[in-house]
Amino acid sequence: MSDQTSNDDVDTPKSAASRLFDIRLLIGGLFTLYGLMLTVAGFFTSDSARAKASNININLWLGIGMLVLGLFFLLWHRLNPLKLAPPPDDGAAEQRRHEH
Amino acid sequence: MLRLDVNFFDYTILAIYFALVVGIGFMARRAVATSEDFLLSGRSLPAWVTGLAFISANLGAIEILGMAANGAQYGMSTVHFYWIGAVPAMVFLGIVMMPFYYGSRVRSVPEFLLRRFNPATHLFNALSFALAAVLTAGVNLYALALVINALIGWPIWVSIIVSAGFVLAYILLGGLSGAIYNEVLQFFVIVAGLVPLVIIGLHDVGGYSALKEKVTHTALGPNSFSTWSGTNVGHWTNPLGDWIGIVMGLGFVLSFGYWTTNFAEVQRALSAKDLSAAQRTPLIGSFPKIFIPALTIIPGLIALVLIPNLGKDKNATYNDAIPLLMNRFLPNGTLGVALAGLLAAFMAGMAANVSSFNTVFTYDIWQTYVVKGRRDGYYLRVGRVITVVGIVIGIFTAFIASGYSNIMNYIQLLFSYFNAPLFATFIIAMFWKRTSPWSGVAGLAAGTLGAAVMHFGGYHIAYFYKGGVFDPSHSTINAQMLNFYGAITAFVADVVVTVAVTLVTKPKPVSELAGLVWGVHDPNAPDPDTVPKPAWWASPKLLGGTALGIVAILSVIFA
Repeated sequence: MSDQTSNDDVDTPKSAASRLFDIRLLIGGLFTLYGLMLTVAGFFTSDSARAKASNININLWLGIGMLVLGLFFLLWHRLNPLKLAPPPDDGAAEQRRHEH
Repeated sequence: MLRLDVNFFDYTILAIYFALVVGIGFMARRAVATSEDFLLSGRSLPAWVTGLAFISANLGAIEILGMAANGAQYGMSTVHFYWIGAVPAMVFLGIVMMPFYYGSRVRSVPEFLLRRFNPATHLFNALSFALAAVLTAGVNLYALALVINALIGWPIWVSIIVSAGFVLAYILLGGLSGAIYNEVLQFFVIVAGLVPLVIIGLHDVGGYSALKEKVTHTALGPNSFSTWSGTNVGHWTNPLGDWIGIVMGLGFVLSFGYWTTNFAEVQRALSAKDLSAAQRTPLIGSFPKIFIPALTIIPGLIALVLIPNLGKDKNATYNDAIPLLMNRFLPNGTLGVALAGLLAAFMAGMAANVSSFNTVFTYDIWQTYVVKGRRDGYYLRVGRVITVVGIVIGIFTAFIASGYSNIMNYIQLLFSYFNAPLFATFIIAMFWKRTSPWSGVAGLAAGTLGAAVMHFGGYHIAYFYKGGVFDPSHSTINAQMLNFYGAITAFVADVVVTVAVTLVTKPKPVSELAGLVWGVHDPNAPDPDTVPKPAWWASPKLLGGTALGIVAILSVIFA
């Protein structure tokens, strides 16, 4: 909470919204991880698990689907990274340095 | 309900998900320096993020389980909630109303009423919204605890406190950005959890045409796959009543009211980075919304065919349709993903309410009436404190609900009276500049009263009963249809009183209406020629028109 107290001393604190991370990385990461886990599990599907899912190897198919979506988000992030907002004028950058 | 056969694999998937939920809060923390960062994401988010959050904020588990239940109970007519209800309202919000909200730089929906009308109208809306939001958060929390208790066996009170703790962590740390980022992630997890259920279920039943064939042999009967049959005025047989109720009550009044004036929704659009992104927020959201019925109504119908005694057995209520199918079909692994999606959906339902409650409380109640004119850091702290307070109230509400579930139904009914007339007041306010300050609160009060009177009076009208035959025990009343007609009554009462009061009171000077009313130009607005235009494929009119076109085609196919 220390940086809020320091903001009180400044008359108009500057938005830090441009420091927000890119959600595509997290979606991509989570779905890639889940996708790998399920795909691997899909190779070891027991007969009873397959029978339960109406004879569809659902772990494998869901795993592949999630892996593809995860890689899509990672690729999208890679090809079109978040553009940094233009640095706010009148010394906002300097103020940020003071906070840290 | 039933106990799911959850194993180590599923728990690993759940643990990874919940670690990420809190992680998002920690990572969004560094982007919070001002109250607007905390309460409105610093108005910085891209349209696809706010658009998916717009859908997720409404895609709570009450919605998912409830729409599956409606599907099993009413059949295909349930799509009216999406295609007549949500989508046209979302398009209207994006194209027509968003310029007023975002362009006037208001920070909340009640703040729009403050500038357009007067403090009385503002307080009426801010207080009723804030109260409804915390209590709804509590209801969501209780519903979540019930599901955790049933599916994995945790005691209710542990579930309530643990899940409230997760929501508290990511909102308190990351503010609205934490909530919105979680909503986007959750959208994909929910879809990933529901798609396997639909695929396996349809495969097991024997495909879509076999499902159709089998459903028509259930109690739902031959009209179960037809959305518009039996909607004739005068002698309705459709489970949702006649077309006037569906089109005017559900579509025009209730859905437009919810999607265009409920701050938990509009807030997602206000957090977008510019007007164009704000306009595209509900429009981008409308595309997934068109197809969500496939993930909710279809499982409901599958469950109706496959689960014997669905809706007649205490252990297999309509609301259990999706958990029952999960239990029947999903092997470990996929089951973990589906469970993560379901739990995420419940948390989102709560988080959307808490993150809109803290904004309305901080800006509209505290800063406007209680402690004015302090530095921004003060209101950031107020926002954080009230987030904790809101969640604590939610926890208490959940505990009360676990003791007296009927009380919660009455409270929700009460708030539905407040919501019913909202759209009438907004639409008149935005398009008729003569509308006077005092007509706002008068119209809202009259509409609220109208909804309540119709709701109680409707029980004495034979037309709302099945077959048009009055039933003294009220068991055959069509509650949905009565609800739709109550909304129409509220709308009419609001319009009549707003116009009448306007004609006898003084209007606001036009100079105070800049940017708030159609045709009154805001001199401070940026020159439209200098604002960057979105690419042609991202133009709001094209997106909105496409969404409406798809809905029209689907409505004809499934008529």
